[in-house]
Amino acid sequence: MVGGVATLWPFVSQMNPDASTIAAGAPIEVDLTPIAEGQDIKVFWRGKPIYISHRTKKQIDEARSVPVASLPDPQTDQARVKDGHDQWLVVIGICTHLGCIPIAHEGNYDGFFCPCHGSQYDSSGRIRQGPAPANLTVPPYQFVSDSKIQIG
Amino acid sequence: MSGPSDYQPTHPALKWIERRLPIMGLVHSSFVAYPTPRNLNYWWTFGAILSMMLGVQILTGVILAMHYTPNADLAFRSVESIVRDVNFGWLLRNVHASGASMFFLAVYVHMLRGLYYGSYKEPREVLWILGVIIYLLMMATGFMGYVLPWGQMSFWGATVITNLFSAVPYVGDSIVTLLWGGYSVGNPTLNRFFSLHYLLPFVIAGVVVLHVWALHVAGQNNPAGVEAKTEKDTVPFTPYATIKDAFGVSCFMLFFAWFIFYMPNYLGDADNYIPANPGVTPAHIVPEWYYLPFYAILRSIPNKLAGVIAMFSAIIVLAFLPWLDSAKTRSSKYRPLAKQFFWIFVIVCVLLGYLGAQPPEGIYVIAGRILTFCYFAYFLILLPLLSRIETPRPVPNSIADDVLAKYGSKSVSTVVALMVAGTLLVGGAQNARAEEQEAPPSQSWSFAGPFGKFDRGSMQRGLKVYKEVCSACHALSYIAFRNLADDGGPGYSSAQVAALAAEYKIKDGPNDQGDMFDRPGRPADYFPSPFANEQAARAANGGALPPDLSLITKARSYERGFPKFVFDFFSQFQEQGPNYVVGILTGFEEAPPAGVTLPEGSYYNKYFPGHAIKMPKPLSDGQVTFDDGSPATVAQYAKDVTTFLMWAAEPHMEARKKLGMQVFIFLILLTGLLYFTKKKVWADAH
Repeated sequence: MVGGVATLWPFVSQMNPDASTIAAGAPIEVDLTPIAEGQDIKVFWRGKPIYISHRTKKQIDEARSVPVASLPDPQTDQARVKDGHDQWLVVIGICTHLGCIPIAHEGNYDGFFCPCHGSQYDSSGRIRQGPAPANLTVPPYQFVSDSKIQIG
Repeated sequence: MSGPSDYQPTHPALKWIERRLPIMGLVHSSFVAYPTPRNLNYWWTFGAILSMMLGVQILTGVILAMHYTPNADLAFRSVESIVRDVNFGWLLRNVHASGASMFFLAVYVHMLRGLYYGSYKEPREVLWILGVIIYLLMMATGFMGYVLPWGQMSFWGATVITNLFSAVPYVGDSIVTLLWGGYSVGNPTLNRFFSLHYLLPFVIAGVVVLHVWALHVAGQNNPAGVEAKTEKDTVPFTPYATIKDAFGVSCFMLFFAWFIFYMPNYLGDADNYIPANPGVTPAHIVPEWYYLPFYAILRSIPNKLAGVIAMFSAIIVLAFLPWLDSAKTRSSKYRPLAKQFFWIFVIVCVLLGYLGAQPPEGIYVIAGRILTFCYFAYFLILLPLLSRIETPRPVPNSIADDVLAKYGSKSVSTVVALMVAGTLLVGGAQNARAEEQEAPPSQSWSFAGPFGKFDRGSMQRGLKVYKEVCSACHALSYIAFRNLADDGGPGYSSAQVAALAAEYKIKDGPNDQGDMFDRPGRPADYFPSPFANEQAARAANGGALPPDLSLITKARSYERGFPKFVFDFFSQFQEQGPNYVVGILTGFEEAPPAGVTLPEGSYYNKYFPGHAIKMPKPLSDGQVTFDDGSPATVAQYAKDVTTFLMWAAEPHMEARKKLGMQVFIFLILLTGLLYFTKKKVWADAH
């Protein structure tokens, strides 16, 4: 039985991402200086689109004034950005419903709107209405300097 | 019960083989002498049709695999290469793509037959469950096959369906990563789908062998639902069932040929003629029609995990049918209540299919939930209830008695009506792009209809318009200069093509010094792209990417609405793409209507979705002069360049229609001959 599982394991494991895919998914650095306030850009990391938003004060205030308990997926805005860099929102641009790419700066919450089934996210990338169950995922990233981040 | 196995070949060589491997005896007892009920109707020909379709798909599939490249960067182009360059490649591709739809249509008729006549009841439970397994394998195979062309719908359909597995608690995301072989749908995913798509049909074939074996142990069911008792109840499979199946197959081939030769894209999605783009989600992600009912069930449940469970349960519930419906009477012919509810169930399934293609908003959501409930209620509540409370009518004493009692041949027309109705509903569903967008006006095209041909003069003028106006920003990279001299094309001579090609500068190399260099074009070269890469194209066009025009007339469509899409199937209307392109070219307006503001750098266009297009009005009167004196107007330019682009998208259209006419005449004759032969063979049996 142990031999059986041991024999089977390579056949299962080969389906997981191979070495070159993992290497291609290595962390990337993004320079934030060209992004003006109110603008956002889309970069690709590990095959996924990532929105980097340079939020305006209005957007930050709107995000912070929402009562957290009323959200479908409660999370504070502070928990979704880095300390001291509140104006930068970095989220994976994949709707948590069925995987479409939401459109930035659309919808009733000045956030994201997913055209596939109508999910709407706010300026912190949190789900506010529609069938999506969760907030837009924040990928692992850190600030290498004030104007540069490393994603991954 | 197997047939008599006393078969002995006469020829000594055959006797020698038979003694060592009694394969002739097996074929004889299973398909020649095999006793088959003499009262079977045409619903029973679908088993043979399905076997044939499996063979057709495997044959065309293996051949396509000789030319297809399963790599994310090359797959789309390799499919276009098959369609354009491989001898009869267009035919093989159309047969395989339409064949998948035909395969599913036949399997649904076959399953509904089993449902109606109680073919799943004792002692055929294992036969039925093997069928459910075959159906599941077919769904997996079909899904993976659709991903292979790597169009927009291929990619995004794969993304949505593989994402379903993330609903599994705890291990969901790991399962999805395992399926993907990466962090999103990508090249590893495509490669393994190709491998499995090639493998599964042979697994299906193996299960079909078991399916037929299980069938032959129990014997076939029949419309009366009464088991065969004496020799008077049955006829030998050959020639009776063989000729009837042959006739059924021939009729089916006529229906199939309509799609292959005349409506190859009716059941497909225009978006799949756009190469996969992980950064852009299509406005409406819709699976192929045969998955639509299950897609509707999935979206009806607001909870992600529950929706996935509901969708899979909708198929798994079929396996439990022999135990859910324990009524002693097999055939719904003698169960008046069950019969009515059966037809209601069929309508529920068709409506669920329609809903699966609509955007999940408003009334569609409510309707979806109600119909999902009806679907499950039929299996889980209604059938068990009916088996307890229904009083069936008396069944005939034997099959022979059933044959003597008259019953009409309306079963044939019901099959036909159902197939056509189902197809129409599907065609309508496929066209459902629910934007409140005005449809462009219908133009009249010389290439429309079964006898359509390209207007050579129009194509040549269109090429001039492309060269002088569009080629500044738009590539035409699937067309080689040599194509301009091909049959069914603009009709240039080889000398003219060589001269045209030589006007272009093509990058080639490296030379022996290791440098790239420019040289004059040759007929084998493709039209060069105006920009070196996507980023250069975007930079020169305000951030927007001018699409390659090779497939534009097939990659765009709009909703025709009811009842137009019904007539479209019969009139072979498929000119949405060309109508749209002409609409765009002539639909520019100086200023947007009152109250509409355009984003920076956009222009107002009546027919472009959202009305804000990044392309400025490309055509003006007098811009291009034609040697043949045709009017130098925008309308003329639009018409001609679109005719040229329709040819660019489908260079073999004329050959397709010509061969289609020949195949149709042949099949009509064949069907007629088989019909009369069948009547003759069965004259003594009825």
